[in-house]
Amino acid sequence: MSAIFKDHDADRRVNTKWWASRIAIYAALLIWTVICLFPIFWTITTSFKLAPDVMKGNLVPWWDFTPRWKGWESIGLSPRLFGEVSTVREEFLKRFWNSTIISISSSFLAVVLGSLAAYGLSRFNYRFGFMKNSDISFFFLSQMILPPVVLALPFLVLYKSLALLDSRIGLILLYTLMVLPIVIWIMRDQFQGIPIELEEAALVDGLGIWGAFMQIVLPIALPGMVAAFILSLVLCWNEYFFAALLTATNATTLPVMVASQTGSQGINWWSMAALSSAAILPLVVVAIFLEKYIIKGMAAGAVK
Amino acid sequence: MNTEGDLLHTVTADNISDNRRRVGKVMVWGTALLCAALALWQMAYEMDRVARGFETWRPVLYAYMLWATALCAAQVIVNGEKGKRTLFVLPAALFVISLVVFPLLFALYISFTDWNLASPNGPQPNGTDNLVEMWNDGFYWNALKNMVYYVLAVSVEYVIAFGLALLLNAQIRARKFFRVVFLLPLMLSPVAVSWMIGKSMLEVRFGPISRMIRELGGEPSFFGTPETARFMIMAMDAWTFIPFMMIMLLAGLQALPREVIEASKVDGATGWQSFKEVIFPLMLPVSVTAIVIRIIFKLKLADVIINVTSGGPGGATDSVTSFIFREYRDRSNVGYGTLLAMVYLVLIVIFVTLLLKLVSRWMERPA
Repeated sequence: MSAIFKDHDADRRVNTKWWASRIAIYAALLIWTVICLFPIFWTITTSFKLAPDVMKGNLVPWWDFTPRWKGWESIGLSPRLFGEVSTVREEFLKRFWNSTIISISSSFLAVVLGSLAAYGLSRFNYRFGFMKNSDISFFFLSQMILPPVVLALPFLVLYKSLALLDSRIGLILLYTLMVLPIVIWIMRDQFQGIPIELEEAALVDGLGIWGAFMQIVLPIALPGMVAAFILSLVLCWNEYFFAALLTATNATTLPVMVASQTGSQGINWWSMAALSSAAILPLVVVAIFLEKYIIKGMAAGAVK
Repeated sequence: MNTEGDLLHTVTADNISDNRRRVGKVMVWGTALLCAALALWQMAYEMDRVARGFETWRPVLYAYMLWATALCAAQVIVNGEKGKRTLFVLPAALFVISLVVFPLLFALYISFTDWNLASPNGPQPNGTDNLVEMWNDGFYWNALKNMVYYVLAVSVEYVIAFGLALLLNAQIRARKFFRVVFLLPLMLSPVAVSWMIGKSMLEVRFGPISRMIRELGGEPSFFGTPETARFMIMAMDAWTFIPFMMIMLLAGLQALPREVIEASKVDGATGWQSFKEVIFPLMLPVSVTAIVIRIIFKLKLADVIINVTSGGPGGATDSVTSFIFREYRDRSNVGYGTLLAMVYLVLIVIFVTLLLKLVSRWMERPA
């Protein structure tokens, strides 16, 4: 009976319990959403505030303060200044461009080197001296443990003598080194999931090892490579430590620019907020549109 | 990994003539000699033994790259099909070795010198002086002690991340929206975060959080006492990195076999029981992997500290990395700083090895 009529006392109790759990779940989700979004909301709105708005603690745009472009004018990015020549904008764009070039090239380089190595390690048996496959894998992955501070100084001296200090290439090489273990970790997992019969069939059909890799395996592993690429991109874009030590004027990246502004006395909140927003927005956009790949990249290796 | 032979078998009849072998060997040794000769010459020039030389070491770098390329090409020339296989791993291996092993050896050398960038003499070996100085340096030990606190904070992050992963795995609407929102903090650079939260939201006069605390009748002070300052740093770092663990745990939850959980429900387990007896044990490998990786990342913690407190008050928030960063930056004390970094590296390697040994039976495969 109770299967048809759901108005028995016992069923109702379950119902309230179900509702209680629903409400608890959504309440928890909403609380954490606020925790995640409020700092971002705060930064973006502050970039449109004037000094009185900051001091009065106004929060909601249009309701208790009128958005102004003042903050964005201080980095030369406001509708009024777009037509004009602006040195601050050039400065900002130069940093932005540095960050873009450095993070994209080093991620690309890391994905190329890392995929090749991961493929080799998942398919063939190597012997370099005493090192076997598992040792080579461990050698690559153990680089993850290496703290950047250990390498910082030798690189400072090395780059000085190679005239690579304060150059993009220097940073690209270092960042590639930094993300390479992560790329290998992700790609090894990807290649292990590809059935070996595919390549065997390709070999029978007359392709070489490299031909099979390029024409058969690569297209299948492409989503994994995109995931590795985006994850590396995020790490490189946000890197601060090496950039702070190894660059001075030409090759400084956005994080260094943000950090150098916070250091100065009497910072303008609105210009700092505009600068921070501009520094985080590209990755926020990436996160919104390419979330699938980021999650895929991080999940690889965790689940097997 | 199978030990019998290659997973992907190839049968090839390589007929490599002696001539071809010779060409390959000449290529490798020729370029190696060129590189060595250039390096020696440049070294002699810097020591004023030779009158003419290059301005920088760049040509040596080019020669080195030429040698690396020749080495890769020679693999195919000398070993044929087997060389093509080696070619997959060799570039990455050469890259890592030349960028890690050489600098590490160099770092080992400078860490036993009294090198200060401000002094005109350059590096002078000074035996174990640096070690003695480290032994007596309270701030370094303090930074190491802080690292212990920071690593312990991972356990709290893990609990929150697990909770969030469970929430996202529940039957909810707008799951994709929540997933993107929860992921966002991970995308932000620690430097931007340190301004957004550390320097503006936690600002004592105008920050929204200070304002809220004042409304509630408290007196906001976030970086005044050592305990709160350390807690604030932990909170900011946790805010950025909780999504990282959350995603890994969520992937683990989604890969759990449905039948087992349903079976536990059929057997009459309540939600809490099925979590404790079924889900949590099944999640152990993923949890351990996530925690280990998170700890490895945590050991590099520096950006937030450098930008928000620069170690203060009184070194209470210093991590080892931020401490050494200031040693380089403010005092140019290169030799000593490098020794501290090398000691830290040794400690980390020991710690991580022990950790992996300890947890490897809960992990499905070693990291």
